[in-house]
This record gives sequence, C-alpha cells and structure tokens, in this order.
Amino acid sequence: MTEPVIEIHNLAKSFGGLRATDDVSLTLRRGEIHALIGPNGAGKSTLIHQICGTLMPDSGSIRLLGQDITTLDAAARAQLGLGRTFQISSLAPDFSVLRNVMLAVQGRQRSSFRFFGNVMADRSLTDPAMKALSQVGLETRAAIPASELSHGERRQLEIAIALALGSKALLLDEPMAGMGKDGSRALTDLLDVLRRDTPILLVEHDMDAVFALADRISVLVYGRIVASGSVAEIRENPEVRAAYLGARP
Amino acid sequence: MNRETAFNLVLAAVLLAAPVIAFAANEPFYVALATRIAILALAAAGLNLALGFGGLVSFGHAAFFGIGGYVAGIFASHAMYSEPLPFGLPATDQMPVIWLVAALLCALAALPIGAISLRTTGVYFIMITLAFAQMIYYFAISWPAYGGEDGLSIPVRNSFVGLNTANALHFFLICYAVLMAALALTWRIRDSRFGMALQAARQNEVRLAAVGIRPFRIRLTAFVLSAVLTGLAGALFADLNRFASPSMMSWHMSGELIVLVILGGTGRLFGPVAGAILYVLLEYALGGMTERWQLFLGLILLGVVLFARGGVVGLVAGKARYD
Amino acid sequence: MQTALVIEQLLNGLQFGVMLFLMAAGLTLIFGVMGLINLAHGSFYMIGAFACAAVAAATGSFWLGLAASLAAAAALGAIVEVTVIRRLYDRDHLDQVLATFALILILSEATRWLFGDFPLYLNIPAQLSGAIVLPAGVHYPVYRLAIILVGLLVGLGLYLLIAKTRLGMRIRAGESDREMIGALGVDIRSLYTLVFALGAALAGLAGAMVGALQSVQVGMGEPVLILAFVVIVIGGIGSIKGAFVGALLVGVTDTMGRVLLPPLLAAVIGPAQASGIGAALASMSIYIVMALILAFRPRGLFSAQG
Repeated sequence: MTEPVIEIHNLAKSFGGLRATDDVSLTLRRGEIHALIGPNGAGKSTLIHQICGTLMPDSGSIRLLGQDITTLDAAARAQLGLGRTFQISSLAPDFSVLRNVMLAVQGRQRSSFRFFGNVMADRSLTDPAMKALSQVGLETRAAIPASELSHGERRQLEIAIALALGSKALLLDEPMAGMGKDGSRALTDLLDVLRRDTPILLVEHDMDAVFALADRISVLVYGRIVASGSVAEIRENPEVRAAYLGARP
Repeated sequence: MNRETAFNLVLAAVLLAAPVIAFAANEPFYVALATRIAILALAAAGLNLALGFGGLVSFGHAAFFGIGGYVAGIFASHAMYSEPLPFGLPATDQMPVIWLVAALLCALAALPIGAISLRTTGVYFIMITLAFAQMIYYFAISWPAYGGEDGLSIPVRNSFVGLNTANALHFFLICYAVLMAALALTWRIRDSRFGMALQAARQNEVRLAAVGIRPFRIRLTAFVLSAVLTGLAGALFADLNRFASPSMMSWHMSGELIVLVILGGTGRLFGPVAGAILYVLLEYALGGMTERWQLFLGLILLGVVLFARGGVVGLVAGKARYD
Repeated sequence: MQTALVIEQLLNGLQFGVMLFLMAAGLTLIFGVMGLINLAHGSFYMIGAFACAAVAAATGSFWLGLAASLAAAAALGAIVEVTVIRRLYDRDHLDQVLATFALILILSEATRWLFGDFPLYLNIPAQLSGAIVLPAGVHYPVYRLAIILVGLLVGLGLYLLIAKTRLGMRIRAGESDREMIGALGVDIRSLYTLVFALGAALAGLAGAMVGALQSVQVGMGEPVLILAFVVIVIGGIGSIKGAFVGALLVGVTDTMGRVLLPPLLAAVIGPAQASGIGAALASMSIYIVMALILAFRPRGLFSAQG
C-alpha cells in the first residue's frame, strides 16, 4: 500500500532569475488525499502545470505509477491516468454536460478517429459518462449546455470528467474556490469517498476543507516545500504558522 | 423534425427543383446558375468542415479549389490530344478518375500546409494559410506549361459514364449528387467521435488535451478532409466554366469561400448551401440592377457581419444546440 | 554578375521594403493596440494614390497632392473607424476578416465610381527627377532614393513616437491592458480612432509615393496588402521593429529573387527550363521564407506578445 502513485523528485523551474519551483519532491500514495497549500505566489500553479505536462521542468523527474512521464505532453499523461480539474473551470461550453463527459470516455478509449456512428446513440460512450455524472450527482443536468451550469456544478462536472477518464490519480486545483458553504460540504463528502479508489493531490485555499480531508499536507512557500506531514504536525509547525497560517488568522 | 432539418430539406429540394424546371422551360442559363450554386456550396462545405466545426479560419482554401480546377483542366487537355500525363500516366477524361486525382493531390498539398500552419494559431494561422495559397497561386501564373497567367481552357467538358456532360441538366445533376454526398459525409462526421473531438478542439483545446486527445492530429485530419472536398468543387468548377483559371486560387476566392460559410451560418450543415444560394443570387440580382453591384454586395455583407450574426440558418433555426 | 547591377537591385529591394514598411507599420500598430485584423488597409494605400494623383493633376503640384493623400487617407481612416471598425474590436478574427473584406469591395467600387475605370498617372516631381551617380558607377533615380529616405524617417519617427511621447506611452499601455488604460482616464475611443487614422495615413503616403512609379488604379492596394501581412507575420504581429526588419527582408528577398534566381538556375539546369522555373520560384520565394520562419518561430521574429 505504500507504493506511490505520483512521485516527484527534485523538480526545478526558473523564469529568468525567479525560482518558481525550487527542488520540490513530493509523493502521492494510494488511498490518500495529499493537500498542497501555500500563500498566493508560492508557485502552486507552476508546479501543477509541470505535473500536468503544460510546462516542462528545467530539471527533476515526475513518475506516474512507476513510469517516468517527465517529458510526456499533457494528452499522453491524461491517457496514462492523470486526471485533473482546473482552477478556472475549463469546459467545452457549447456541449451538453453529458457530451463533456463523453469526450473523456472517448479519450480513455483512444477512439477519436472514428468518422461514422452517432455518438449520442453509442452506449459505450453514454453509459460510462452517465455513471460518472451520477457519481458527482449531476445526472439530472446531463442534457443542458455546460455554459448554463452554476459555478459549483462546473466544479462537479470537471471532477466527473476526470473520473470518466479512468484516472489513476486526481489533481484538483482549488476545487472549493468560489463554492458556497453547502457546496463545499457536498464536495468534501464526495472527495472523501473518491479517495478510496483514486488518490487525490489537492491544491486548496479552504483550510477547513484541507484539515477535514487531508491525510498529509505539504506547504509550498517561494517554490520550496517548507514543511510536510500530518494535519496535526502541520498545525503545530511553528515555521508554517509564521509563514502561512499566521498570515491568515 | 426540428426547424433546422426542415429548412435543410427545403433548401435541398429548392436547389434540385429550380434547375429542373428551368431546363424544362428551356432556360439553360438558370440551370448553369444553379450548377454554380451547387459547386460553390460544395467548396464552402469543405471549408465549413475546418472553419465551422473545427474553428480553423483558413484564408487559403482557394489553393485547393484551384488545384482541383487545374487537375480537371490538365486531364482534359491531355485527353483531348491523347498525350500521356506526367509520370507516364494514361490520360483520361473520366470525371471519377479526375476527382480521385484531385482529391489525392489536395490531400498531399493540405498535409504539409496544415502541418506547418497548425503550429500557429489566431491571426498567424489566417495569414500563413493565405501565404501558402499565394505561393501556389504565383506558381500557377508563372508556370508556362499550363497556360500561366492566361489559364487553361477546357475545350470539351470531361465526361461521366452514362451521362452527357454537355447537357446542362446532366451536369447539374452530377454536381448536385456530389454536393449531397459531401453534405451526408459532413453530417456523419459531425455526429461521430471524430466530429465531437473536432468541435471540442474549437471550443477548448486545453480541455481536449486534458482528456488525452491531441488537438493537432484532429485538426490536421479535418484540414485535409476539408481541402479534399474543396478540391472536388474546384474540379467541377473548371468543368462548368470549361476553364481552369489562376483566379480560382486568388485570395479573393479564399475570401469568397469564407463569405459563403458565414453568410449561410458557420458550423451549420446546410450553411454553405444557404450561403451559396444567397451569394450567387445577390450577385446575379445586383449585377442586373447596377454596374456597381460590388459596392452593394459589400454593404450587405457588412450588414450581415455587424447585425445578423449566425447567418441564414441561424436566422431561420436559431442558435446551434448540441444534445 | 556585375556589382553595379547587384547594388542597383539591392537599392530597389530596399525601396520596395520601406514602402512595405509604411503599410505594415499601420497594420501591426492596429493589430497590436486594438487586436484588429484589417484587410481594408490596402484601400487606404489606393485612396492615397488617387488623392495625390487627382490633386496633383488639378493643381500641378506633387507636393499638394502628397499632402492631400495624407489628409484623405487619415480622414477616411477616421470615418471608417468610427462607423464600422469600432464595432469589430470585440468580435473574433473571423468577423473582422469578413467585415473588412466587405469594406474592400465597398471602397474599391466607390473609388471606381468617383474616378472612372481608367488608371490615373502621376509624375515624379521635377525636384526629384533624374538620377545620381553612386559609387561603383551606379546610376540610381533620385526619386527612389527619396522614398527610401522617407521610409527610414517614418520608421525613426514611429520609434520616437512610441518610445518617447505621451501618445506612445498610451499606445503601449493600450497594448498591454485595455481596461487599465481606461481606468487611467485616457479616452480610449479617441485613442483608437487616432491610431487607426495614423495607420491609414501611412498607407496613404506609401500609395501616393508609389503612385508616381506605376499607374494609379483600383485594386493596386491588394498585392501590397498581402505582402504587408507577410511582413507583419514574419516580424511578429504588434511589433514595429519586427515590421521594419520583416519589410526589408521581404523587399530585398523578392527583388533579388526575381533578378538572381533565373540566371542561377540557368547555370544548373539549362536556360530553356530555367526561365519558367526561375520565375515561378522567385515569385514564391517570400512565401517560402515566411513558411520557413513560421515553422520554426510560430509567432514571428519579434513577437510583441510572448
């Protein structure tokens, strides 16, 4: 049970003189939620870009289920089972909710070069997509355009897409941002269930959610991991209190 | 049946009925006008695949239109004098063979053009497709073997087994059949897995990559398919006019094809048909009223862009919806 | 190949290049500041040439004609911006292409209506006629040298305008952040009109100067427009420096290609085929250069936006 799903070693990335990612090592184990926290400008976005393959690191390595994915592009990583959500929802706005998820099923099946057959009549696409939607509680909204979803529903849809992709690991970029209290609680419950099948690397500002969910927490400040440990350890860590929690009473 | 499907059927029926009636009334001019509509609709249907569904604003599709035209012209002139073609291929005036060659050549041209152009986005994509088309255009006008600036005339229209292509109605029916086949293909592609990925690439390429589908391959495939359809239209257009002209490759032609797509309704299955009908009839009607018809055509186009977004199909059937 | 011929053709390429720069500077400025792709830019070139030819014919003065070309192109630019272009800033490039394509049809046909179907002719002013002798025994027309000089001066002026003046500061601010500049209290609408009119005036100036070298006719702006687009794409859209480098590159490549390629090919494959292939390759050369540059640098040489 201790073999890591994601294993990041000595990752580094600089822009000009700025070290946005400074020798970061991080693991995500089976069954856990590993939260990554840090103040604004700590380099969380840069790190996520590198893990997802939209930005190449200067040095270091990233492994997914033991396979080195450091040089692969975003699409290849997604095919290997790295699912993600975006800080600002990134959907196909004209497509229905269902179609957005079907696209992920299609990506998983690597079947995009079929030129015939109506996708809406294709149970091998619609069934898994509906299943993913019901997992996040969006099945009643399947037919409406994604652009008409509420903010919270878009977050749920992004998670459904990542699930339909058959993700082996989930990378959630501030899923609670902009959610109301009820929405946050529902999402917290959902992630709590999801972690049993799919470990989650959770980047989040909402400390209540982080402390409620996380098995481990890593704190990123100025591109470096300054502390890493259990919730209790992080709560007690004086360096973290000074650098981060202290700034947010 | 929804409004859009009904409107599509009406368009298909009108485009078929009008020339049949005109032919019966011994008005071959109107049969030719309808043929022109069908061919331009086919060319625009090709562009619609890339531009409408894929969001790829190609400003160079005239190149493929012209390549198709020159294939028809070159085959016709070799068949006329029974000279073998380059590479020792036997000359023929059979349209299906010509179409096949036109399609292959367009695909061969579109593959590298698309592969380079798709590395860029936005205005750069618009401009680099334009530049490639200009490259081929200048090649055509400065290459003396096939007419250069004068173009290449087709003394006898290429032939089709069992039909008399010199007969205006027969030729129209060939063009109409090819158009309908292309629209059927577009329809199937639109609703297929490939079509879903292509339309997703238009809306959000980052999302597409995040589910493991590379936008580049999807777009390149669409670009090549699109070029092939437009190339077929070019072959028919040259046969219609009995002339393969370098102006088929000019940037004005690329602009006109874009106009047809937008006028009819970008990304709508029958948008190119609606656009071609409206454009050709406007051209004809304005041309009959005033020598300065281009001025008024320009004003109408401007009005459409500024005030009537969504084109004809959008006006009739409302905004496109995905179930 | 004689040195004199090479120098002469290099100067011709330079003259062509600076003329392209006048066109491209306006295009790239308009794209950089307003995000607008303007196909109708060639129409201002044409209007400038017609205004110059008409006024010069009426008054007998090329210089009055030149002033008229600037005024006419700038005024038309302002009118077009206020009536049409302004509505296009928030639209996608597709709508912009279509609307400005429609503008070409309107402006070309309107010009034909006003001036008739026959080309006008414009004489080189007496002060600038004749040729001067350059080193290596090159006789070169004074007028073409004057065009080169004007182009270089405009380039310098634009550089100073953008780098050193308040207007330039606003233009740079407008490129990076439209809302920011609005918040600073700058009247963004008149700034856009001003930039558009300035771009139009530069195109009109180019048209007027070239009008004395060739006939003035409807449609004369279109080949130049396409080359100007090639220039700004090569240079990096939004970059004045890129437009300058791109313009000279395109001007010299095109001119030298036409002169050098046919004889070079003749030496390799024999004169019979060379003239055809050489001419074909020469006219394609700048597009080949552009494709090569974009294949390796998809955003041009000096892209302003990353």
